[in-house]
Amino acid sequence: MKDFMMLFHSVPNMEYQPTPEEIKAEIDLWQDWIGGIAAQGKFKSTNALGYQGKTMHSDGTITDGPYAEMKEIVGGYLICTTETIEEALELSKGCPALAQGGKVEVRDVMIFED
Amino acid sequence: MNEDHKTKAAGEDPQDLIPKLFKAEYSNLVAVLCNFYGFKNIQQAEDIVSEAFIQAMKTWSHKGIPDNPKAWLRKVATNKSTDYYRRNKLQNEKIFPNYKSQISGEVQAPVFNESVIQDSQLKTIFAVCHPALSIDSQICLALRILSGFNIDEIATALLSNKESINKKLYRGKKKLKEINPDIDLLDGSDLGDRIDGVLRILYLIFNEGYYRTQAEQAISQDLCWEAMRLALMLTQQKSTNLARVHALIALMCFHASRLNSRIGAEGQLLLLDQQDRSHWDSNLITKGQQYLNQSARGARVSKYHLEAAIAYWHTTDSEDKWNNVLRLYNKLLQLEYSPYTALNRTFAYAKSHSPEKALKEALKLKLDDHHLYHSLIAELYHMIGDKKKQIKHLDQAIGLASNPHEIELLNQKKKDLHR
Repeated sequence: MKDFMMLFHSVPNMEYQPTPEEIKAEIDLWQDWIGGIAAQGKFKSTNALGYQGKTMHSDGTITDGPYAEMKEIVGGYLICTTETIEEALELSKGCPALAQGGKVEVRDVMIFED
Repeated sequence: MNEDHKTKAAGEDPQDLIPKLFKAEYSNLVAVLCNFYGFKNIQQAEDIVSEAFIQAMKTWSHKGIPDNPKAWLRKVATNKSTDYYRRNKLQNEKIFPNYKSQISGEVQAPVFNESVIQDSQLKTIFAVCHPALSIDSQICLALRILSGFNIDEIATALLSNKESINKKLYRGKKKLKEINPDIDLLDGSDLGDRIDGVLRILYLIFNEGYYRTQAEQAISQDLCWEAMRLALMLTQQKSTNLARVHALIALMCFHASRLNSRIGAEGQLLLLDQQDRSHWDSNLITKGQQYLNQSARGARVSKYHLEAAIAYWHTTDSEDKWNNVLRLYNKLLQLEYSPYTALNRTFAYAKSHSPEKALKEALKLKLDDHHLYHSLIAELYHMIGDKKKQIKHLDQAIGLASNPHEIELLNQKKKDLHR
C-alpha cells in the first residue's frame, strides 16, 4: 500500500458569495465523497485551503495571494492509501472539484528510508 | 450503604450476605491495598482480601454477623496486610543482610475511608488499563479487580472458559508486577493519553454486554452497568473529567436506554426500527442528552462524540435525522475505519440520498465475504423493490453468517417475503 495525494485545482471565483445553505450543501458534497473513500478504508487525511496566502520568492520579495500569478489555485488536498496510482485516480471520481470544472492531480507521496 | 448493611446484617445468613458484600467490597479493598503497597503487589492484595473473606465466612457462621460487616472486613484486611508486609520485611532482612526493603521504617497500615477508596479505585482503573497489558488482560482484570466479578462470571460474560480467563488474568498481573505503574492522578499530561486507553476498555466492556443476544442476558447487562459506573467514576476527578468521557457516557446512556427493548420475544436481537420505542428508557435518554451537551465543551471531537451523536439522532424522529447520521458517519470513518461503520454509513446514505445511489457506494466496499454486507445489500434491494435480488443476497448472508440468532433473523426475513 502506498500513499497518494490528491490536489484539488480550481479556478477561484472571488465574486461568488454563497449563502449559509449553499455552504452547507457544498460541505455535504465534499463530506459524502470523502466519507465514501473512508468507507473503503483508504482515507488518511485531508485539508481544505483558504484564499489567504503569501508567496516568498527567491530574491526575498513577498507577493500577496497564492493566485496572483495563476488562473487556478490548489483548494485543498486529500491523502489516500491504495495499491496503485490508478486506484487512487479511480477514487478521485466523484470529487466535487471535478463537477465544478476543476481538476484533481494525483501524486505519489515519497517515503525516504533513514 | 453502610447503614443498609448494618440493619440487614443482623438476621441475615452469612452465606447470603458474603457474596453481596464481596461484590461491593472486594474491589474497594484490593484497590486500597494496591495503591498503598504498589501495583506490583496486586496478587498479594487479592490474596489478602480473599483470606479476609474466608475468615469472615468462618467467623460469622458461628459467631454471627457483626454490626458493621464492612468495617470488620476492612479491619481484618488491614491486619492481614500489615502482618504480611512485616513478616516479609523481617524475612528479607534476615536472609539478605544487604536487602533494602521497599518499605522503609515501620510497616504502616493502610487507611480506609471513602475518599481514599474513591482515589484508589480511580488509580486502579488506570493501572489495570495500562497499555503494556494486552487488551484481553485489561478487560479481564477490570472485571475482576474493579467490578468484583468471579472467574465464572467473567468467563460467562465474555463467552470464554475459566482456563482462558485465568491465563489472561495471570499474564496481566505478571505484567503489572514487572512495571509497577505509578499513577499520578494530578498529572494531567500523562493521563491525557492514558485516558484514551481506559475509555477504549470501558467501551469494549460495554459493547461486550450490549451486543449480546438472549444468552445470559442478566450478566451481559451487568457488563453495561459496570462500564457506565466506571466511566462515571472518571468524572469524579478533575483531571479525568474530560469532554470525551462525557461523550462516552452519553453514548452508553443512549444505548442502555434500549437494553430492554432490543431483544425480541424469541430472544433475537431486534433492529432499531423493529423496537417498541415506548419501552426505551426516557430517563437514560435525558441523561444521555445532558452528557452529550456537556461533551461539546471539549476542543477535540472524539469518536465517542460522533457515536453518541449518532445514537442521539436515533432516539428522534426528526426529518433531518438521516442527513445528520450520514454526516456523522462520514466523520467517524475519517477518524477510524471499521467495516461495521462502513456498512452503517451506507445504510444512512440510502436513507439520506437513495437506495440506488447507496448500492453504488456499497459495491465499492469490498466486503463481499461478510454476511452483514449481504444483509445490507438485501435491505437496499428491498427498498428498491427488487425481490429476486433481495432473496439472492439474503441467501448469501445466511451462507456466511455463523451466529444462530442472526441466521434465524435472516431466515425469518426470507419467510416474510414469501407471504
